[in-house]
Amino acid sequence: MTRDILKVDGLKAYYQMNYFGVNREVRAVDDITMTVRRGEVYGIAGESSSGKTSFIKVLAAAVRPPLRVVDGSVRFGFSTGPIDVVRASPRELEAIRWMSLSYVMQGSMSVLNPVRRIGKTFRDFAQRPLGLSGRAFEERVVEHLARLKLPADVLRAYPHELSGGMRQRVTIGLATVCHPEFIIADEPTTALDVVVQKEVLSLIREIQREMDSSVVFVTHDMSVHANIADRVGIIYAGRLVEEGPTRQMFFAPKHPYTAHLVASLPRIGDTTQRPALDGRPPNLADPPRGCRFHPRCPLAIDKCREQSPPLETVAADHRTACWRWREVTPLVGAISPVGVPA
Amino acid sequence: MTTLLDVRGVSKHFTMGGIFGRRVVEAVADASFSLSADNPEIFTIIGESGSGKTTLARMILGLEDPTGGEIRFRGQKVDRRASRASRLEFMSHVQPVFQNPFEAFNPLKKIERYLESTAQRFLHTSDRAAIDRATDEALQKVGLSLVEVRGRFPHEMSGGQLQRCAIARALIPNPPLLVADEPVSMVDASLRMSIVNLLRSLRDDLGVSVIYITHDLATAYYISNRLIIMQRGRIVEMGDARTVLDNPEHPYSRLLKSSVLSTDDAGAGKLSTDPVAVSQVSALAGKPGRLVARADGRDVRVYT
Repeated sequence: MTRDILKVDGLKAYYQMNYFGVNREVRAVDDITMTVRRGEVYGIAGESSSGKTSFIKVLAAAVRPPLRVVDGSVRFGFSTGPIDVVRASPRELEAIRWMSLSYVMQGSMSVLNPVRRIGKTFRDFAQRPLGLSGRAFEERVVEHLARLKLPADVLRAYPHELSGGMRQRVTIGLATVCHPEFIIADEPTTALDVVVQKEVLSLIREIQREMDSSVVFVTHDMSVHANIADRVGIIYAGRLVEEGPTRQMFFAPKHPYTAHLVASLPRIGDTTQRPALDGRPPNLADPPRGCRFHPRCPLAIDKCREQSPPLETVAADHRTACWRWREVTPLVGAISPVGVPA
Repeated sequence: MTTLLDVRGVSKHFTMGGIFGRRVVEAVADASFSLSADNPEIFTIIGESGSGKTTLARMILGLEDPTGGEIRFRGQKVDRRASRASRLEFMSHVQPVFQNPFEAFNPLKKIERYLESTAQRFLHTSDRAAIDRATDEALQKVGLSLVEVRGRFPHEMSGGQLQRCAIARALIPNPPLLVADEPVSMVDASLRMSIVNLLRSLRDDLGVSVIYITHDLATAYYISNRLIIMQRGRIVEMGDARTVLDNPEHPYSRLLKSSVLSTDDAGAGKLSTDPVAVSQVSALAGKPGRLVARADGRDVRVYT
């Protein structure tokens, strides 16, 4: 068994549209190469329209036109056998979906059918992949719900009868009931308030440890990544710009965008003025030349405007795509500098 | 000292359900606070969903009638059923900013039309030049300009820019009070601080008071002067923002603070919540108790 469960290699996925003879191409995922290891939580951060949702759509093999995979491969090494989801047939995908590769969606209210009881939704999702019948299936679901600290009664409830936190736990339950090896979580806590958010996050972490699955966790909230992810990758304008162990990303970032994201987080006990980043994310239909961050970058030089920087390894496990990474300094220091890598 | 806004013993009940199984939900119970006209401040209302913070804001804006108590703005009662003229007069002093800028603007209307109609209504003029001047001034205050915005539709702007436009629209009548209901929760992380810094500069440079509604304790600590923490419609703690958040006293405030995800030990994966604290807090939810003043200026709800 190898260390990596997922290998993404040179992945390019574009939205290709043709309206009245005018071709338009949006390069939502542009040349991403990364791996996810067994039993780790890999955090993906990026703002809206950075292409992070398109990226996980490809990972989840949910590519629909106008999104097309132009180049590259997405190889999973499941225990049932390796599979490249970009080239797999619908039949092969059906075999891994939910059983090996699963997805926690954003917005629990629109995921759950409002006119169907939760129990029926569970049956729709999981009965076929699990291959269990009536009684045995129900026992399995109830047992799984208990792990999520949900009473068996929720199976008879309609979605609107549950609170936001409970609904989100139900969607996590749906995604994990088949004990998948790989879970993709797309902003599962964005709509929740702080107390519930923390509960849901610790639940995801607990379930992940118990089942020894790998999780790709997507959110734009860096403070969530700080607490759940083992490694964090930052996506900016369709490219992976930095990737590294969580602690290093926070205390020794090597890309100006990461440094900014970390510095802009307000903290309790600290009222110093926080910098705000000017400008807006680039339009992916017409990205800037060279490094895509250069129009907003405080360190930009002429080279950045001309040449796109490659993703290079700067420390163990730590890669960044910046010409001037040596000059990137963390904009805020740690309050407790225990074990901060130099 | 003159008071700008005076909220006195305000409560709001909603009746849910039909003839059978009718329930009365107490959305806000006995809320009292006041803002002074002399020193502008950012007054924060913190609470989880269902704590009644949005209902309170809607009552301050006069979109909802309180069931009990009274809200006075500059000595005048805020009344939903007042005449159109007095409503407009009130709205030129108190303006809202809503959570999701993409929902606040009609996607088929150009942004400038909102700005223009606001200017036309509150400045009582249909003079093109005067309207343009007023909208441009308001946009300058939020770091944009009419040249940038003119002719653009909401989808052509980023969330942060659009939220700035929403704030600019609210600033056109030069209101002394803004009510901002979760203005940053739908805005991207990299743009969030620009909105928060903007609210701060509105207070410091333009003397606008802001009622800032949020569930994010970190930004509340960053910008607010005073705050109230609400749980299930009741104010459980109230006072100076730094005093309260540095050392919260009510169990609910403590739970909120301990639930804030900190980046100080990033990578350590500390996620456990104290189940004792959670059950203790949910036992207190909805209990009447009473607010007691403390020596450091805060009020805390105690249950004896």
